[in-house]
Amino acid sequence: MDYVSPEGLRLDGRRPMEMRQLRAEIGTVAKANGSAVFEMGNTKVIAAVYGPREVQNRSQQINDQALVIMANFSTGDRMRKPKGDRRSTEISLVIRQTMEACILTHLMPRSQIGLCFNSIFTKKKHYTIFKELIDLCALSCLLASSFPISVYSRKRNISILNVSAGTRSACINAATLALADAGIPMRDIVTSCSAGYLNSTPLLDLNYIEDSAGGPDVTVGILPKLDKVTLLQMDAKLPVDIFENVMGLAIEGCKAIANYIREVLLENTKQLEYRRGL
Amino acid sequence: MGGNSFEALGFRVSSSSSLPFFLFYRKSLSTPKSSLCQVADNKDKMRGLKLPLNQTQRVRLQRAFEKLQSLSAKANSDASVTVADTIPVNYEDAFLKGHGTTDLNGELVATVCGVVERVNKLVYVRALRARYKPEVGDVVVGRVVEVAQKRWRLEINFSQDAVLMLSSMNMPDGIQRRRTALDELNMRSIFEENDIVCAEVRNFQHDGSLQLQARSQKYGKLEKGQLLIIDPYLVKKGKQHFHHLEQFGIDLILGRNGYIWIGEHVEARDSMVIDQAKSMEQSTVVEGINQAYTPLEMRQTICRIANAIRVLTSLGFNVDLNLIMETVELSSSLKIDIHDMLGSEFHVLVAEMEAERRSLTTKRKR
Repeated sequence: MDYVSPEGLRLDGRRPMEMRQLRAEIGTVAKANGSAVFEMGNTKVIAAVYGPREVQNRSQQINDQALVIMANFSTGDRMRKPKGDRRSTEISLVIRQTMEACILTHLMPRSQIGLCFNSIFTKKKHYTIFKELIDLCALSCLLASSFPISVYSRKRNISILNVSAGTRSACINAATLALADAGIPMRDIVTSCSAGYLNSTPLLDLNYIEDSAGGPDVTVGILPKLDKVTLLQMDAKLPVDIFENVMGLAIEGCKAIANYIREVLLENTKQLEYRRGL
Repeated sequence: MGGNSFEALGFRVSSSSSLPFFLFYRKSLSTPKSSLCQVADNKDKMRGLKLPLNQTQRVRLQRAFEKLQSLSAKANSDASVTVADTIPVNYEDAFLKGHGTTDLNGELVATVCGVVERVNKLVYVRALRARYKPEVGDVVVGRVVEVAQKRWRLEINFSQDAVLMLSSMNMPDGIQRRRTALDELNMRSIFEENDIVCAEVRNFQHDGSLQLQARSQKYGKLEKGQLLIIDPYLVKKGKQHFHHLEQFGIDLILGRNGYIWIGEHVEARDSMVIDQAKSMEQSTVVEGINQAYTPLEMRQTICRIANAIRVLTSLGFNVDLNLIMETVELSSSLKIDIHDMLGSEFHVLVAEMEAERRSLTTKRKR
């Protein structure tokens, strides 16, 4: 199958180094201390942050830093997964470690910060489902207070396969926004983006079809100000020189996302400040 | 990684030395696809608030917010920073880095989103929308989560639960004495789990935990009213946090931790009750009042004030007594029903009122 046409356009009409459309919104879950929605094309992620607050499980309390916990990764799929589901455990672990690396946990000893996510692979016409899910999410967070939440959608057209690299990076970007919204001190913002290699072309920000093609897929998370890599994942093999190209592309993508996230955060801060008044 | 590999792949590469910055990211604001409505939607998008606004309401609200923005001195300056922004300081002068800042390769960098404040040599970032950071002497309202040995644990929107010791509060009989084991057994008769309690921040323990005290008759259990939880940055520290609204007979407590209590007025009892018989008599009187129900009118007023505060917080305005009372008066003078106060029309009206009020106060200052 041709993933890049002879004219150099991808299946969805993008150029190889073009990202999907980004959209971010802060403060969507009313009951959370910080929340955000991050959208990359059709991948939509809601992130909510609860805390820092008293540790719920006393035995987990750490005396000199905050505990970062994460609810099991929840997707829009209908199946109740057994507890030891490897895929969601792995994603939770990856995201938790990435976020923990940038939070200044030593400033909030003996407390916990809870993160929960909800991702939906959505088309514009399914926006209503999304709204419904937000409400559900808020409700379940309220009830379960940052413990594993899963929202089961009634619609079948939400694909089970959407837990892709795209979701992973969207989650990290959403988490950054939500943590910044919750006023939790961080070393730097973390942004993440993926790049792949198909038809001997490096492609930025794979969409669902390209992702399921099974080619190599590099997910990178960086701290743009410190210029450091916090996350690097690849599922397949790639020659070193090509890998460098692909990774470089993903890093450039991360930087572009970082610029966008900064704009959104600054706009939000200014808005809060001028509304508050004197 | 050179440009050659890219050229081999059929791309025009502008610079051959490094990876070309050839990225495009689209924002919904700048896409040609996005209709006018989408742009407007993004512009006056209200944080955490989804209101069904019609066209005129949207325009009015936008105009009110633009006015507020033009009036605000801080928003127009470059004082707002986000995470990892460099804060400009004069490195030749000595400066102290305060909360929300860190040192990165000799640069002063913000760690939270907020507004840069400078007090003499101290430079710090005041975070908006964070959980409560207690200061000694603050009046807070909290909820009891646990009755433990000689102490209650209170949830006060801080990163840990606060501790209220049995010894740091006045006994209900008003007598100063040592707390005995019997008092300890009867702790649940004072506060139970889920009770709402008003107290004052006493001090921080060396391990970072927080102690509260309730050594006056104005502190203690709160009953017959409504608790509202708002963002702590909207409650400004003032001289007075207990307000008695005489015209309604209502007590309003603006807790610094963003917990606001609106309840029926309770007459503070004498701090020192010497006469045992008198205190007995008084307690029976208090019980008699307790059994009486709150009249409907009072409950409606409580709801009206609560809704006024809800509107103000969802618009992101500072919550103080003046503004609350003006909002309440606006709603009752326009004969707006209590449940309609949360509708979009009243939000727009309040935004316009606040814009007008702030423009007047700034004119007066000039």
